Amino acid sequence: MAAGTGPVIDPIHQFEVHPIVPLNIGGLDLSFTNASLFMVIVLGVALLLMLGGTAGRSLIPGRLQSMAEMLYEFIEDTCQSTMGSHGRKFLPLVFSLFLFVLLSNLIGLIPGTFTVTSHIIVTFALAAVVILTVIIYGIAKHGTHFFGLFVPSGVPKPLLLLIVPIEVISFVSRPISLSMRLFANMLAGHIALKVFAGFLLMLSAAGGWFALAPLPLAMIVALTALEFLVAGLQAFVFAVLTCIYLNDALHPGH
Amino acid sequence: MSFSFIGAAHAAGAPAQGGMFPPFDASTFASQLFWLAVTFGLLYVLMSRVALPRIGGIIADRRAKIESDLRDAAAAQKAAEDAAKAFEAGLSQAKANAQGIAQSAREAASKQADTRRHAVEADLAAKLAVAETAIVEMKGKAMANVAAIAEDAAAAIVERLSGAAPAAADVAKAITASAKK
Repeated sequence: MAAGTGPVIDPIHQFEVHPIVPLNIGGLDLSFTNASLFMVIVLGVALLLMLGGTAGRSLIPGRLQSMAEMLYEFIEDTCQSTMGSHGRKFLPLVFSLFLFVLLSNLIGLIPGTFTVTSHIIVTFALAAVVILTVIIYGIAKHGTHFFGLFVPSGVPKPLLLLIVPIEVISFVSRPISLSMRLFANMLAGHIALKVFAGFLLMLSAAGGWFALAPLPLAMIVALTALEFLVAGLQAFVFAVLTCIYLNDALHPGH
Repeated sequence: MSFSFIGAAHAAGAPAQGGMFPPFDASTFASQLFWLAVTFGLLYVLMSRVALPRIGGIIADRRAKIESDLRDAAAAQKAAEDAAKAFEAGLSQAKANAQGIAQSAREAASKQADTRRHAVEADLAAKLAVAETAIVEMKGKAMANVAAIAEDAAAAIVERLSGAAPAAADVAKAITASAKK
């Protein structure tokens, strides 16, 4: 194969961040980038759906309003079942996280777009919001009793020497696993799509081999369907885990 | 940032182009965090202040409306059932009335028929009695005439046979004697 003359697809290219409007404040590079642009697009779609869709306050909802209501009732049910009635105060946080992650994932599936959640710093920041909320609310509400979270009741004293560090490690690893799960899912899915797209182009450009080109194409179709599932599922997982962690802040006793 | 160990060497120059894996390129972190804070913060504020209370209100309104509609429907159904019951009661009342009226009409008609029949019967009985007396009278007359005819006949027979007319007293005596047999 004539290397270099055929089309080349760089599966990493889609994750690159370039400044659109350079902005430098106090030595920090706060440029408005393509990542920022898609965050704004996610926000715009979210507002269109949740504010524009419900502006009519119709008793009989239209399409947008039923979508907004379905999302609301879905997250409300999730909050209710994991946190009980005390969880209502966290509904806006869980809902915003769910909607932001869901729309980022889905908008990222449109070819040519940028996936906001495919960057570890974004998912880590979202996870940090959750964990900081847990810690701050837990200490403000329960004081030192909050640290009872690390001391399971009914465990013999000598065993606590072993259990408490394990509980602390598991608590600390929560934001990492929460952010890693979302980031890795988005990253891997998009890389896989691009890799198979690359196969498709290489086969098409390689003389008689183009007969095999439908194989990666079928793979891309299947993977795209899978990615839609993953996009919704990861947003849901993020929201459910957020609820479970917030439940610790509400009810620290084991 | 704590992630600077990954990308510190590359952060200075070409952004994301120089073989650096973009998600780990710490030079973009500040910008990403800043714009994430702006957009997610705005999303959170607008959701918690405007969108979620509004949707909660819409759903609560709808639930209240459905409940009140169901209550109204139940009341309307109850009213309909009451009306049906009242109608049934009126209907059975009217049926009883109608039966009473029919009964009394039948009784009145039969009483009238009875009186008329009695009158006709009495009339007929009177006529019958008159006719019977007339018959008895006529019979008596006829019987009286029979004796006279028999006497005449007997006298004529005797005169023809013997050639001599018998005495009227003897004939009458003989007739009464044979009539007694």
